[in-house]
Amino acid sequence: MYPSRFRYEAPASLAEAIALLRDGGDYAKVLAGGQSLIPLMKLRFAAPELIVDINNVPGLDYHRTDPDGTFRIGALCRHADLEHSPHLAATQPTMAAAAPLIADPIVRNRGTLVGSLCHGDPQGDWASVVLSLDGSVIAEGRAGRRAIRIADFVTGPFENALLPDEVAVEAVIPPAVGRRAGGYLKLERRVGDFATVGVAVSVETAGEVVTKAGIALTGVGGSTIAATEAAASLAGRPLSDESIAQAASLAGAAARPRTDHRGSAEYKRHMVETFVRRILSRVDGAAERAA
Amino acid sequence: MTTLYSEPAPDAAGDVPVRRISFTINGEKKTAEVEPRLLLAHLIRYGLRLTGTHTGCDTTNCGACTVLLDGKAVKSCTMLAVQTDGHDIQTVEGLATASELHPLQEGFREEHGLQCGFCTPGMMMAAKALLDRTPDPTEEDVRWALSGNLCRCTGYQNIVKSVLWAAAKLRSQATE
Repeated sequence: MYPSRFRYEAPASLAEAIALLRDGGDYAKVLAGGQSLIPLMKLRFAAPELIVDINNVPGLDYHRTDPDGTFRIGALCRHADLEHSPHLAATQPTMAAAAPLIADPIVRNRGTLVGSLCHGDPQGDWASVVLSLDGSVIAEGRAGRRAIRIADFVTGPFENALLPDEVAVEAVIPPAVGRRAGGYLKLERRVGDFATVGVAVSVETAGEVVTKAGIALTGVGGSTIAATEAAASLAGRPLSDESIAQAASLAGAAARPRTDHRGSAEYKRHMVETFVRRILSRVDGAAERAA
Repeated sequence: MTTLYSEPAPDAAGDVPVRRISFTINGEKKTAEVEPRLLLAHLIRYGLRLTGTHTGCDTTNCGACTVLLDGKAVKSCTMLAVQTDGHDIQTVEGLATASELHPLQEGFREEHGLQCGFCTPGMMMAAKALLDRTPDPTEEDVRWALSGNLCRCTGYQNIVKSVLWAAAKLRSQATE
């Protein structure tokens, strides 16, 4: 299999990439890791006329925390960079849990987090993780830079809010107000398969009290699901057996699973509840109570 | 110079845009003219006639086409050849010297790490990337590193043993 014919440009600067996209209009696509785009092109589900390969644009492969606590992931930061990052492990527990579960180890060497978000696969893992952290995508185009909250960024299956001349230059996770905790658990039939069920839970705590919480679900609906009621139920009180059980039950209720070859709807809903409980039970201090 | 204007394309017509690229493969500098849509796996197999790199699933699942790009394992069916301009590629043909097998190849022979052999080049290249980074891997490390490579024959047991055998051999060579 091979893609349709296209024009290929590999600009050495972001400004050049944006100019190329402007000229390419609706028929241009940005190529970063290519681990979703190239398969789509080979299957002819996508047939862009212009490919703007940004791999030669310097300074996009970072992930770092600003002095104010904002965490930034550049458009060329690969999944493997995150998987092997001590900094991520020390600062972003939900993301650190998800990084080794994306696709398979070889795909992780090329694929990027920002690219995954742009791809907008309803089964994508990173969308749930970033949604649970209330993150945004920074787009840069002719009109300048703008931040788009992830909830507004993914507009449908394989659709995003980028304008034709915009490049998604980074993903941004806002600073934690309290201490950050959380995790991502994924049930998959084998490495590299889509999630049967994926659950992202991110909480911030001040002392015993949960100050902010986000819960998002992968693979149990037509798109990523924000379990907002479940998350809201955790805020303003300490984690306890009762609060964890309530959040798990509300998250299960938010899921819209369908019975398919990966499992029954009932099973998937049950796994959502189990994963929420499991992640929250591992948050420091809650382990003893919820064990 | 290798010239590969296009895939064997039924829709080939009109002006075919061609890019000239330079890269290193198994230590050898090469120049090629490629159509941008040419996949790296196809450049390697049809352009350079290095047929050790196999294309199995052609859908980014099986890992038979795994090669090293600047030392990192990548699926060559899921990269454009044009993207290797200025980069270094290693394929399974680069493992052995004229007189000696690479310890990974020896390991696969000693531990019976293959049956049909189709996945083997990809397994070896993924394993090489692991051992370059982690000379003393655990069994778990090996299984994790090879989890993007499918084998339909062996059940993986002997592949894992083969990689561990190679790791031990490489370590003993390093201390000699």
